[in-house]
Amino acid sequence: MQFFFEVLIGGLLAGVMYSLVALGFVLIYKASGVFNFAQGSMVFFAALTVVGFAGMGVPFWLSIGLALVAMLLLALFTERVVLRPLVNQPQITLFMATIGLSFLIEGTAQLVWGAQVHALDLGVADEPIEWILDRTSMSISKFDLMASGIAATLVAVLAVFFNKTRTGRALRAVADDHQAALAVGISLRRIWVIVWMVAGFVALVTGLLWGARNGVQFALTFLALKALPVLILGGFESIAGAIVGGLIIGASEKLAEVYIGPYVGGGIESWFPYVLALLFLLVRPEGLFGEKIIDRV
Amino acid sequence: MTHPREAGAPILVVEEVSLSFGGVKALQGVSFDVREHEIRAIIGPNGAGKSSMLNVINGVYHPDSGTVEFRGERSRNVDPHRAAQRGVARTFQNIALFRGMTALDNIMTGRNLKMRTTFLQQALYWGPARREELEHRAKVEEIIDFLEIQHIRKTPVGRLPYGLQKRVELGRALAAEPELLLLDEPMSGMNVEEKQDMCRFVLDVNDQFGTTIVLIEHDMGVVMDISDRVVVLDYGRKIADGTPDQVRANRDVIDAYLGVAH
Amino acid sequence: MFYREAGQFKSTYAEDQRLFPIRQDRIGMAVILAIAFLVLPIASSAPALRGVIDFNYWYNGVIIPFLIFSLAALGLNILTGYAGLLSLGTGAFMAVGAFAAYNFELRVPGIPMLASFILAGIVAAGVGLVFGLPSLRIKGFYLAVATLAAQFFVVWALTKFPWFSNYSTSGVIAAQKLVAFGYAFDSPVKRYLLVLVIVALMALAAKNMVRSSTGRAWMAVRDMDVAAEVIGIPMMRTKLLAFAVSSFYCGVAGALYAFAYLGNVEPQAFDLDLSFRILFMIIIGGVGSILGSFLGAAFIVVLPILLDIWATWFERTAGIAVPAGLVSNLTLIIFGALIVFFLAVEPLGLARLWQVAKDKLRLWPFPH
Repeated sequence: MQFFFEVLIGGLLAGVMYSLVALGFVLIYKASGVFNFAQGSMVFFAALTVVGFAGMGVPFWLSIGLALVAMLLLALFTERVVLRPLVNQPQITLFMATIGLSFLIEGTAQLVWGAQVHALDLGVADEPIEWILDRTSMSISKFDLMASGIAATLVAVLAVFFNKTRTGRALRAVADDHQAALAVGISLRRIWVIVWMVAGFVALVTGLLWGARNGVQFALTFLALKALPVLILGGFESIAGAIVGGLIIGASEKLAEVYIGPYVGGGIESWFPYVLALLFLLVRPEGLFGEKIIDRV
Repeated sequence: MTHPREAGAPILVVEEVSLSFGGVKALQGVSFDVREHEIRAIIGPNGAGKSSMLNVINGVYHPDSGTVEFRGERSRNVDPHRAAQRGVARTFQNIALFRGMTALDNIMTGRNLKMRTTFLQQALYWGPARREELEHRAKVEEIIDFLEIQHIRKTPVGRLPYGLQKRVELGRALAAEPELLLLDEPMSGMNVEEKQDMCRFVLDVNDQFGTTIVLIEHDMGVVMDISDRVVVLDYGRKIADGTPDQVRANRDVIDAYLGVAH
Repeated sequence: MFYREAGQFKSTYAEDQRLFPIRQDRIGMAVILAIAFLVLPIASSAPALRGVIDFNYWYNGVIIPFLIFSLAALGLNILTGYAGLLSLGTGAFMAVGAFAAYNFELRVPGIPMLASFILAGIVAAGVGLVFGLPSLRIKGFYLAVATLAAQFFVVWALTKFPWFSNYSTSGVIAAQKLVAFGYAFDSPVKRYLLVLVIVALMALAAKNMVRSSTGRAWMAVRDMDVAAEVIGIPMMRTKLLAFAVSSFYCGVAGALYAFAYLGNVEPQAFDLDLSFRILFMIIIGGVGSILGSFLGAAFIVVLPILLDIWATWFERTAGIAVPAGLVSNLTLIIFGALIVFFLAVEPLGLARLWQVAKDKLRLWPFPH
């Protein structure tokens, strides 16, 4: 029983990481209706920039700052080169454009910083918390807990940003209705840059956490894919959904691997979340927190 | 209006149909019938539920209560595919043409129900598939001639002006050789000439093929001129039913259009 | 003035319905076919030319993969380009085809090779059907997730269950020799001709399907499925047929990939990366276009080779060693940039550009 809880909590904490990636997606989707496949490569790019500068001897916090600047430049670039030319195209076209964008970002990142795996040390080790270990003999990683704490703070900050600030209100207006937002004088372009910037910031945080856990490597880009099942469960437009969805996917993935895995030779994690999402879609296409879509003719 | 064919027995009977979307009551207990070979208009102020009524008739929406009986077959949950099979065709208020195809191909899709060759035969093409394709092409060309759109048959519909798109959509509906044709504002957005052309086509379809027509239209002149009988809806309820003259003189109808509170 | 339609009257619908209604197009096609079927094989066996051009390299490294990828791109185009159902699982369906063909050859003694391929395609079609079932309820990129599930699950299953690869280590299969009708296709030219015939026939079949009611039903579902349903097009059958036919094509392409190109192949060769490559082919080449599938495949196959040649030339002339990953990273960047470029400027890809060129050619030398 205890083992179950250990796996469960481990899964939940891993799920927090998924939630972070999904969060980036939700932000961009909410504000521009674009499903940003490049989110994963943005995570990779951000993390790589940090370790790249750090590797050159730049102090850690300055590296992070420089990476933020890089993300801003990326946001500007994306708005100008990808979003603006494709402004009235159907969703699927924009989605494919972000696939192209993700390859662009990956290629550039590797070109600039090289393709080897980089280690990233955030000062918190991936060790069991002794306090809990002594009392319950469950091993729960310090790192995972810290990551959850950071994620929770981030979500709280974003919630405040969206609901209490003027820019946040503008973002919500744009997410609701582009035309109406334009009509009240909100600059769509500025909003998009801001949104991609915020998503870039989220990508940076995600990149640092994931990178510290697994090393900064190309495989980070495939995080984008893991976020898809999260979004399907949680709905594409809900921050709460991204959190809950991520937790569910993380937990179920670990539990499936541990309890079902041995019977089929392991490695279930590669496809389980997708099949789970698929089954979920058949029952509730709009996700846990999504809105039902009514087709009007 | 006099027609060579006199209106026959009712082929469509709508009985106590109610439909709501969330809290909005689109239709409330609407009943009326449509006789064979006649032209029936549905009119009413905006939001009266006219398009919803058409959608119920051909199965796009399923009513919460009430039934739709077409040619003796009564049901509530028709699905659109079944309705098409039974001979109901329609056009849409906001043109629902297939943008990626030419006018000819769009109208050819209207023949899909009648085409029997399998995909394997079509992959081979020579033989039954080719014969069938040419046979239906000939039929579709007749409709193209009828609607006078020969010159644009190979043009992708996305590039056609609004009036011609509406004509192509009519062609697609006609290609199915329907018994009941539902037209949702076929003349909206047209100038006087285009409207006259469209009226002519609608009347010709009714005259030549005997097709029963139900049409939604806002232009009162058109409605009075070409329809045999009229149903008036307001806030989802039927408020009048009769010949154009009867309806025109009806107090409730006048009030509805003038916006008198009731 | 060369590409004129004037004077070419069509007096029957049959003439209008021809595959290539314009005479110049027919001539052009005949020339291409002549080059493909006659000139190339003859030239590559001429001793004089063989000393100058390394035909084996061209067959093995360029032309055969081009044909095979064109076939896979055709399959994906049917599903995504014509029927509008986005798929990220092309690699998986190719894998099914490859492994199915291998197993049929292995376990059914004396089975004709072409029968193995056809059966492999049918098995792939079956798998495609299963993963296509969700399309009845879900659309757009939600559906892409279903195909992602297929992609990951299939590769995992083929690796995990050793039966598929006849208990070899790491799931590698060694494709059997290509023998059809008692004739061994063991040289590059012969393999090329076999692949050419298969691909040409299947391309013709695809073109025929696409210009008949099947293709129109697919395009109707793609453009506006509610309207399609209203005019009587059966949703379920149309979508499932798209999945089945598309997967059949990808399955055969996968079998050819293993048998006529790589020889030895493991499940990982059919990973998500391959699926993306084929998606890029149809985006650049042109969605909803048979010609586009070929153009896109040619582009994606040839570009890395051109970059390699450029890199070698650059190293030689500039004397600077080109870093190892440069070419592959440049490839990624260029592909990515081109995708965005094409989607913004010409969403219908190279095929549309070709059509525009032909239209201009019709008028040449007049400007309009």
